[in-house]
Amino acid sequence: MSANGKLLDVQHVTVEFHLGGLVGGTLLTAVNDLSFSLENDKPEIFTLAGESGSGKTTLSRLLLRDLVPTRGKVLFEGRDVSTIRKRSEFKEFMKKVQPVFQNPFDTFNPLRRVDAYLFDTALNFGMASNRHDAAQVVDEALRNVGLALDEVRQRYPHELSGGQIQRVSVARALISKPKLIIADEPVSMVDASLRMEIVNLFQKLRDEQKVSIIYITHDLATAYYISDRIGIMLRGYVVESGPVEDVLEQPAHPYTQLLKESVPEPTAKERESWAKHIALGTTEVKEYGRIGCKFASRCPHVMDICRQADPPDFQVGQQTVKCYLYSGQVEKAAVGA
Amino acid sequence: MTLLSVQNLSAYYQTEVYGISRTVRAVDGVSFNLFPNEIYGVAGESSCGKTSLIKVISGNAKAPLKPREGSVNYNFGEYEVDMLHISPDELRRKVRWKEISYVMQGSMSVLNPVRKVIETFKDIVDTHERITDKNKFLEETRTHINRLGLPTDVLNAYPHQLSGGMRQRVAIALATVFQPALIIADEPTTALDVVVQRGVLQMLKDIQAMSNNTVLLVTHDMAVHANVADRVMIMYAGRIAEEAPTESIFSAPLHPYTQHLIRSLPTIGDRSTKVSLKGTPPNLANPPSGCRFHPRCPYVMDVCRTEVPELVTVKDRHRVACHLVKEPL
Amino acid sequence: MFKVIRDLLRYDARFRIAFIFLAAVVLLILLSTVSPYDPNKSFVVEMDTPPSLEHLFGTDSRGQDLFWWLTFAVRNSLFLGVMTAIISRVIAVLVGLIAGYRGGWIDRVLMVINDSFVVLPVLPILILLGFLLRDSMNLFLLAVILGLFGWPFDARLIRSQVLSLKERSFTRTAVYSGTSGFWISLNEHLPFVLPIVFATTINNILWSIGMEVTLSILGLSDLTTPTLGTALYWANQHGALVAGNWWWIAAPSLVAIILFLGLYLLFASINEYIDPRTRLRMIGG
Repeated sequence: MSANGKLLDVQHVTVEFHLGGLVGGTLLTAVNDLSFSLENDKPEIFTLAGESGSGKTTLSRLLLRDLVPTRGKVLFEGRDVSTIRKRSEFKEFMKKVQPVFQNPFDTFNPLRRVDAYLFDTALNFGMASNRHDAAQVVDEALRNVGLALDEVRQRYPHELSGGQIQRVSVARALISKPKLIIADEPVSMVDASLRMEIVNLFQKLRDEQKVSIIYITHDLATAYYISDRIGIMLRGYVVESGPVEDVLEQPAHPYTQLLKESVPEPTAKERESWAKHIALGTTEVKEYGRIGCKFASRCPHVMDICRQADPPDFQVGQQTVKCYLYSGQVEKAAVGA
Repeated sequence: MTLLSVQNLSAYYQTEVYGISRTVRAVDGVSFNLFPNEIYGVAGESSCGKTSLIKVISGNAKAPLKPREGSVNYNFGEYEVDMLHISPDELRRKVRWKEISYVMQGSMSVLNPVRKVIETFKDIVDTHERITDKNKFLEETRTHINRLGLPTDVLNAYPHQLSGGMRQRVAIALATVFQPALIIADEPTTALDVVVQRGVLQMLKDIQAMSNNTVLLVTHDMAVHANVADRVMIMYAGRIAEEAPTESIFSAPLHPYTQHLIRSLPTIGDRSTKVSLKGTPPNLANPPSGCRFHPRCPYVMDVCRTEVPELVTVKDRHRVACHLVKEPL
Repeated sequence: MFKVIRDLLRYDARFRIAFIFLAAVVLLILLSTVSPYDPNKSFVVEMDTPPSLEHLFGTDSRGQDLFWWLTFAVRNSLFLGVMTAIISRVIAVLVGLIAGYRGGWIDRVLMVINDSFVVLPVLPILILLGFLLRDSMNLFLLAVILGLFGWPFDARLIRSQVLSLKERSFTRTAVYSGTSGFWISLNEHLPFVLPIVFATTINNILWSIGMEVTLSILGLSDLTTPTLGTALYWANQHGALVAGNWWWIAAPSLVAIILFLGLYLLFASINEYIDPRTRLRMIGG
């Protein structure tokens, strides 16, 4: 089984990409020295929140073994996933780690009926040995997400709404009885009136099916609603992490504060703080290339030290914050040390 | 004075492929007015008809989308325009970009990827007003860009060198170069990050405050409307469900759909359970009878299944189409 | 299947014309089975007579009834075209799917082979082979040779299509459904690749028949087998135009035109029909 009881252990992972040609070009560090872990017997919803260019998509591909880290390790149930070579081992991995993708209308082939994928999953992972038994398995998975096999039988993707397809996508992910679901922006392309059914479903999966979910999003409101813990990503770093109520109600990092303030609220009040004018950067690459804290160019509390070196992690109550403002606090020990 | 008067507008998509004929009733009996110096929000989800509505009123309706009945009339002060019957030539020469301009979701549809930004400006300005004095044009363009809070060096950049948010703001600058009376912004910030979205929307508000024109902002995000719009109109399945000033709609929404749209979305600080609407948005090729929302409405009554509710004014400038709310409050 | 044909017949004028043309060609081919004359013999009827009720296309200088002789010619030409198309399509699809999906060194090796074939000048090589193999050349061997030259362009087309399909989310969904690469290529990618395959098939048939005609006119093919090309070769050899036997040139040309037009219109109409975008519009997408 797994050492130290961790379901997923991301240890000091760095992913670098080389942009440009063989000569010259720049080094893009999409994920920088990232560490976090999920416990084996405590299913939780862990959110990675960030904007475009924060590295969250790269991280999701890393966790699904689409990429290998340049440095660091990803351990699933104690085993380094980059050592998975044989197809049979990869299949075992996939059985336990399943994805839910962002675009409901691209998740399934527009020319194939959606139930085909459900049957494929059931048969390929040995959840059933023939089509007749597979129908039972598929029906059960669909009922777990609030759909019936009759509703989606023989349907093409465009015959269903975005919300329905995402539910089918989650159902498919559940068929192999996974321990971990990686959901990459699962509701950003779903209509507002149907969003909550998916989000509520994730909570149900955690509580009833005991599945842990890594929820990747830029929508802080839904993150607040369902997460247990949250990590705020900026340019490849996790700048703040901790229990979601603490991080989002009392944000410590200036970037988290900016994010929270920028989320428009659907009420008639609180329009003042949102209306405060802000400065936007011109290009993303400039911010990547900077030495020191990546938020320094936009931070209202910037100090000299911020531009000289990457800030380490400091522990502020239950939150871990990568900011020199808290250098009076205890520096958090390196994870996995 | 009314800037735009839309009366009883219906527009359908008519397709015929290998003998299969389909009519999609994208806009069905829509009536509303736009006034100068306001930000008017149109809210609704995918396939509610709002994009088709925009296309028709901005003169961009191409086959198979065809207006079936109703009228779309503009009053730009010096002259008036009947959008459904205007000649394409007059539309291009006098109206497009000068009186009505369009900001879309993807800025790359208006920014030419192989030309610098300043050249795209030149292309657009030149098409509508021959540039005689090049220096004067450059000077005016720089002033325009600066006034909107953008650095001058974006003019010398290629679109791909700018971030998504900057491109969108340049697209807005392009759309306002002739100071049009109406700016139509169709989901201008949907693909953008929340901080960038804030910057882009603030810019839009600044422009509106500076030139006192009208902005028609189309987005499914109710929170955006709450912070930007003066009046909001909610569309559902090709019809108007509710229309009211922003405070009114958010403090006391009357239509069950609006109530759901506002109350179902989570906010930071509130962990109470939010419920989703049951059912799915209707297929406009075969919409439900009576009130098109009735299959999903928690308060549905018998009359809702058979009779289409009329859009009536129940409070000051607050209109709603629902059998539950008929008499003025 | 029949519903497809019925739909196309009803709604696509191109398909109707193609149907008529190709039906005529098929009829000709079927008639070859009941031909009263053996095409390999000479002097079975009176020579050089113009078209008449007895000899619909007239007779040639070798004493053959042109109409019945052409039934064999069309049959052989079409056989050649279809064989070439099958051989080259199969190679193109295999190469395109494998190179596109697997990538890496397999892709590189296959594309090097591909590009080598692309830069080879086909006609001079065929002429050379025609010279060298003239004695043992028969239609089947010609089909194989043409098939081996006809796949490269299309393999690359298919490969690019597969490369873009690999990036789509549904490919990843299939991977996480535990599906193997083989089945992903077949079930997920092939339906998108089929329109290309189909479009290029007709093209390929036309190309190979044309090649055969070229070779035959130059005398480099199997001249004893009746094909559209050898018809023109023999017509030239016997100075048909000079001798005033215009029907010897006109008849095979007319049949060739009907065959080519029919195939082209078929391609155009079916291609639109099986295009995924049209299919989506039809099923209501």
